[in-house]
Amino acid sequence: MASGQTFSKQTVNLGPVEFIPLGEGRAYRIGNITVAVFRQRDGKLFATQSHCPHRQGPLADGIVGAGTVICPFHAWKFDLATGRCAAENVTLRTYPAYDLDGRIVIEME
Amino acid sequence: MSTAHRERLVVIGNGMAGARVVEEILLRDADRFTITMFGAEPYGNYNRILLSNVLNGSQKIEETFLNPLAWYTQNHITLHAGVKATLIDRKRRVIIGNTLRRGASPYGLDGCDPQGVTVEEPYDKIIIATGSRPFVPPLEGMGKPGTFLFRTLDDCEQIAAYAKGCRKAVVVGGGLLGLEAARGLLTHGVEVTVIEALPQLMAAQLDPESGDLLKTTIERLGIHVLLAKLSSQILGADRVTGIQFNDGTTLDTDMVVVSAGIRPITEIAKDSGLTVERGIVCDDQLRTSDPDIFAVGECVQHRGVTYGLVDPIWQQAKTIADVMTAVNPRAAYQGSKLATKLKVMGVELASMGDPRAVQPGDEVVVYREPSRGVYKKMVIRDKTLINAILLGETDTAGVLTQMFTLETAVPQRRADLLFGTSTGAPILSVFDLPDQAQICNCNGVAKGKIKDAITIGKCKSVSKVGVHTKAGTGCGSCKPLILQLLEVYAGEVQDDPAEHYYVPGVPLPKPELIAAIKAQGLKSVSAVFRALAGGKEDPGSKPGLASLLKSLWPHDYEDERDARFINDRVHANIQRDATFSVVPRIYGGVTSAAELQRIAEVAVKYNVPLVKLTGGQRIDLLGIKKEDLPSVWQDLGMPSGHAYTKAFRTCKSCVGTDFCRYGLGDSIALAQKIERRFQGLESPHKMKLATTGCPRNCSEAYVKDLGAVAIEGGQWEVYVGGAAGSSVRKGDLLCTVNTHDEVLKYMGRFMQYYRENAKYLERTYGFVERLGIERLRDVLVEDTEGICARLDAEIDAAVAAYKDPWLEAVHPVHASQFADPVIVTPSPENTNSHEARS
Repeated sequence: MASGQTFSKQTVNLGPVEFIPLGEGRAYRIGNITVAVFRQRDGKLFATQSHCPHRQGPLADGIVGAGTVICPFHAWKFDLATGRCAAENVTLRTYPAYDLDGRIVIEME
Repeated sequence: MSTAHRERLVVIGNGMAGARVVEEILLRDADRFTITMFGAEPYGNYNRILLSNVLNGSQKIEETFLNPLAWYTQNHITLHAGVKATLIDRKRRVIIGNTLRRGASPYGLDGCDPQGVTVEEPYDKIIIATGSRPFVPPLEGMGKPGTFLFRTLDDCEQIAAYAKGCRKAVVVGGGLLGLEAARGLLTHGVEVTVIEALPQLMAAQLDPESGDLLKTTIERLGIHVLLAKLSSQILGADRVTGIQFNDGTTLDTDMVVVSAGIRPITEIAKDSGLTVERGIVCDDQLRTSDPDIFAVGECVQHRGVTYGLVDPIWQQAKTIADVMTAVNPRAAYQGSKLATKLKVMGVELASMGDPRAVQPGDEVVVYREPSRGVYKKMVIRDKTLINAILLGETDTAGVLTQMFTLETAVPQRRADLLFGTSTGAPILSVFDLPDQAQICNCNGVAKGKIKDAITIGKCKSVSKVGVHTKAGTGCGSCKPLILQLLEVYAGEVQDDPAEHYYVPGVPLPKPELIAAIKAQGLKSVSAVFRALAGGKEDPGSKPGLASLLKSLWPHDYEDERDARFINDRVHANIQRDATFSVVPRIYGGVTSAAELQRIAEVAVKYNVPLVKLTGGQRIDLLGIKKEDLPSVWQDLGMPSGHAYTKAFRTCKSCVGTDFCRYGLGDSIALAQKIERRFQGLESPHKMKLATTGCPRNCSEAYVKDLGAVAIEGGQWEVYVGGAAGSSVRKGDLLCTVNTHDEVLKYMGRFMQYYRENAKYLERTYGFVERLGIERLRDVLVEDTEGICARLDAEIDAAVAAYKDPWLEAVHPVHASQFADPVIVTPSPENTNSHEARS
């Protein structure tokens, strides 16, 4: 990256963490982008693109655990931190997400 | 490459083997060698297998030629036709050959013409392909006019010419070639008798029984057969008049054709100092004891074996060509397994292995149909095929040959190998499929991908293949095919302990897992992960554990909803556009006008795109948004039909005694009782049931997980383990009872036993097949393990714990249970922007 370049980072407050049941995910539409936010049982938050690159399965409705999510349509498995798929050569768009005083905050560009 | 730099290759023998090995070499490297061939017969090479057709007149000599003389000139091959190579001078590195006398036999020992030409060819490499000569048993009078051998085109011409003047002919030798000679002679209008020294025809391919069947078939064609007759003398002064046997009896005849086997021609090898036993001794690269001299075909002895069939010769030719042209310098010929498919006397025959190699303890499967002359036999040892005979009908010869040559494990249903599948369709052999053929339909995995996973990815178990390719991870019905592929390409199937785990994320098989859960009082999925998997929450294992825990703790299971698949979180079946399907409970497939009206109103109110009747005899509303589910359920006012989950689904019915004139039992009432009792009962996989009012079986009760069939006398048969989905299986009869209550009792018992003992996602058809119906009858009907009272109590408890999940419309478990995407409008209140410089 050339020096002197600027980039804009936007954080968005998505509301209370408790909206997402422990261990599940929920979908959020921000402007014209939808994201899936996952709340692991240990409290850790992840956010990715909302739809599976395979056949647009709703990832927020998947099964979560050990830092991965399984898409409810055809069981494609993704690493929530990196977005990488276990068996296929695709990667999800991911967004940093964290708990700020009980509210979900994600970073978008 | 100019001719000056080419190696000189000389091939001794211009038969099928010699010609083929030259073709294979030219295919790989047409410029490497200058090629010279010696051929004792004065023709271009021809297909010796078609000799019988020449004899019986169905083909002309010209049609048998493989490579006409033009082929030699086009490929710059020097052919010394009618010249027999007699010596290899390995010091001077030349081959010496002599022209044959006119009319001399090409395979005789002394045919060379003393006034003929001597040819000397220098060589760099030699391939000996001298083939075999007919074996002539000790037979006084052989050589008299009217006696013949049956090996060359000239033999055929001479036999055909002589037969014109004969009424009777004898063929000595009841092997394949002898029988073909006999058939050929028939067409020349002679009465033919086949003489065989053994008590059986075609002893190399058939066993005594099939040999006998063949004899009957042949005799119907008008050929006489004499078995266990050793010929000793040919009678007649100037020409043949008869033949005499060891036992003193004689038979009148005008001509004798001897076809009693073949022996390798090895004189040139022996005379030139090469190692010769029965044949010319060669190593796995078909090299003789001289590294510059190879041998191919019937003259070869490899690992102690000599061959008289074409396939081994083709394989040998390829190996030599690979080695000599350096295409694969390490190519090795491992020997050939003997498998033939041919027509003898118009009768289809396929034969694999040695019919005499049966040992006590071998499994022998035989099918006989004497009226059609059909005989099928397999000899199995250590789960592999070591011998097979198909006589009269050879439609499964392809599959059998593959299993035999690749030494793969035979399938459980031996009949599938002799007759194809029970549907009458040709057997789908995974070996015959090309690489592009789809093996796993659920995940679209082709054979080639699985093959690569096995050969390159080194997968040795079905589960590992599944991890690599996803094959077998859907409905699982392709797993037997994956198993076959493993046996072919890996040569073995490794037992992967992970295959015995109840779920992959917890390393325990089901019984041990249940014991640990009970011992440690683990009441939730997360507790199981904490206690038994080091806290790692493998998401793929969650639904299986949830299902198990719910059945183990019917009253105090801690239901963590995140362990459920989406269908079970919102009690509807997710569709391809993320809408849902809603199927309300319709007991026994019987509805009412009022119910239909309510369903119609809901369809109108919510603009339901598709209203469909299901296979389970109920109604499906498709295209419903997640957030509308609770209000749809409330408006329907009907309980969940559980059409989306691993539980009891439906009990279909036929009309039965209510109205049907054939009805023997009240199938509707029974179906409704069954469905009311067992609705929503969780199980390792879905259970689809049916009752039917008579054995006409209009509701398909024979192919259900559990089925009840009314029979004469007011009784009910209870079937288990049927299926009609991706696999089709007729259920097995568990018991026959007298009342509806007894049907409910035994069905409940079976269901509870299934819940406790099946693997997660194992359908009842797999479970019943695995345990066997005898064991199930023992345990569930005879109560040999004394557990029936407990099973009955457990199922009662499970039934009592049933709650309609659609009541969550009124009492959701979570505020956002049915939430659709939350819309967040970016505003100053909820956003923060940062600028950063890199």
